[in-house]
Amino acid sequence: MATTLSPSTPLSQDEILRYSRHLIIPEVGVDGQQKLKAARVLTVGAGGLGAPIGLYLAAAGVGTIGIVDFDIVDFSNLQRQVIHGTSDVGRPKLDSARDTILEINPNVKVVGYETKLTSENALEIFKDYDLVVDGTDNFPTRYLVNDACVLSGIPNVYASIFRFEGQAAVLALPDGPCYRCWYPEPPPPGLVPSCAEGGVLGVLPGIMGTIQAMEAIKLILGIGQPLKGRILLFDALQMKFRELKLRKNPECPVCGTQPTVTKLIDYQEFCGLRGVETAPAVSAAGALPEITAKDLKKEIDQGRDLVILDVREPHEFQIGRIPGSTLIPLGDLPKRVNELDPDRDLVVHCKMGGRSAKAVEFLRQSGFQKVRNLQGGILAWSEQVDASVPKY
Amino acid sequence: MSIKILIPTPLRPFTGRQEEVEVDGRNVGEALEGLITSHPQLRNHLFTADGKLRSFVNVYLNDEDIRYTGLQQTPVKSSDTLAIIPSIAGGCCCCC
Ligand SMILES: [Zn+2]
Repeated sequence: MATTLSPSTPLSQDEILRYSRHLIIPEVGVDGQQKLKAARVLTVGAGGLGAPIGLYLAAAGVGTIGIVDFDIVDFSNLQRQVIHGTSDVGRPKLDSARDTILEINPNVKVVGYETKLTSENALEIFKDYDLVVDGTDNFPTRYLVNDACVLSGIPNVYASIFRFEGQAAVLALPDGPCYRCWYPEPPPPGLVPSCAEGGVLGVLPGIMGTIQAMEAIKLILGIGQPLKGRILLFDALQMKFRELKLRKNPECPVCGTQPTVTKLIDYQEFCGLRGVETAPAVSAAGALPEITAKDLKKEIDQGRDLVILDVREPHEFQIGRIPGSTLIPLGDLPKRVNELDPDRDLVVHCKMGGRSAKAVEFLRQSGFQKVRNLQGGILAWSEQVDASVPKY
Repeated sequence: MSIKILIPTPLRPFTGRQEEVEVDGRNVGEALEGLITSHPQLRNHLFTADGKLRSFVNVYLNDEDIRYTGLQQTPVKSSDTLAIIPSIAGGCCCCC
C-alpha cells in the first residue's frame, strides 16, 4: 500500500507496535494513525462523559488532548468518572485525568485548562483544536460550547445523559445543524428536572462518552457516516437506540442564514441563572420566609409545635431524614395538600432548598400562612445540626 | 383515533410515572390537548400561558420534528408515536 508519511508525525517503532490493531484495519492504516497523532481534540469537562472520552482518545493515539475542568475529585464522582480513582479524591480532576491518560499512553500531549469555560476564554481556547467534545453538565456551558464551535467553525461532538437515557449528535459541521437548531432556547431554571429527578446510572456516561470518542475518531479519520443531521437516543432500561431527524434550521439564531448571535453572549443570563445560583429560593413574589437549620433545631428543642414537611422522593427519605418529619414528595403535594393542617407551623425542606421553595410557594398560594423554607435543605441540617444524617 | 405519546423521564412525575400515555386525537395538537387534560400538571411544562408550545420542548411524530411537518396541525395515524424530547444538560442535577 502506498502511504505518504507525513514528516511531522512519523510513527516510532513503539507506536507501530502499540497501534498495530489500528494499522491492520484498511480504513485506518498508517495514514489514519498519523492523522490521529496530528489531531488536537478538546474535551470540555473531565467528568462522567469526559472520563471515557479521555481514556479512549488517549489509547487510540490522539496526539493532543486538551481538557477544560476546574473541579476537584470527590467520592461521589467515582461511581462513573472512571478516569479518577479513590486515591485521587481531593486532587484537581485535571491532574488526575492527566496522570491516567499518560499512564495509558505517554505519547499523548495533554493540555490542561484549569478554569471555567467562559465567553471570555472559549474562542481563545478553541482556536488551537480541530474538534471539541462536549462533556459538560449544565445548560449555560452547553450553549456556550455550541455557539463557540459554530463561530470557530469547529465540530462539536455532543452527548448528554439523564438517569438511564442519553442523547448524542455531531453538531456544527459546516453543512450540518447545531444545538440551537434543535433547541433554540434553554428551559427556564424552574422547569428543568429537579434533584429528585437527577442522578445517573454510572455505566451510562461510559456508553455515551465512548460514542462521542468513536465519532471524534471517525471525524479525524474522515471515515464512515458521522452522526450528523440526526440525534441518537439511547434508553438503557429498554436497551434501545432510536434516531430522530435533526435539521439545520435556516432560522437558527447562531448558524442560520441571518444569525442574531454573532459573538459569545452571557450564558448564565441566557439560561435565566443570573443570581439564581446563590439564592434559588427567591420567588417572583419576593423573598420566601426561611429558617436556618440551627434555628429549626432550637425551635424543636423549645418544644414548639411544628410540622416538618419533607418534599423529597421516598428513596431520598430512605437515605436520611430529620426526625419526626412527614414525607410528601413535591409532585404529590397538590393532591395531598389536604393532609396538612393550615393552622400549624410548617417547615418545608428538600435536599438543598430548591424543591422546598417551590413547595412553600405552592402552599402559600393554597392559603397556608405559617410556612417556612429550611435554608440549604437537609444538607444544611447535616452540616449544622446532626452530622449523622448522611450527605448524598 | 388513539395514539401513543412517549413521556420522557423528567416529565414522568406528572404522569403518575407512566412512560406512555394513550390519547385520542386527529392531529398533534389534539393529542397533546388530550395529554394535558388527563395530566394537568404537564400543561405548564409543555405550553406557555398563551397556549403556545414552549420553545425548549421538542415534539417528534415518529422520527420527524413537528416544526417541519406543520406543528400542532400535523395529522396523526393510529400507528404513530408522538414523543416529547426534553433538552437535558448532563448527568448531574443543576437546580437545587
Ligand atoms: Zn444552528
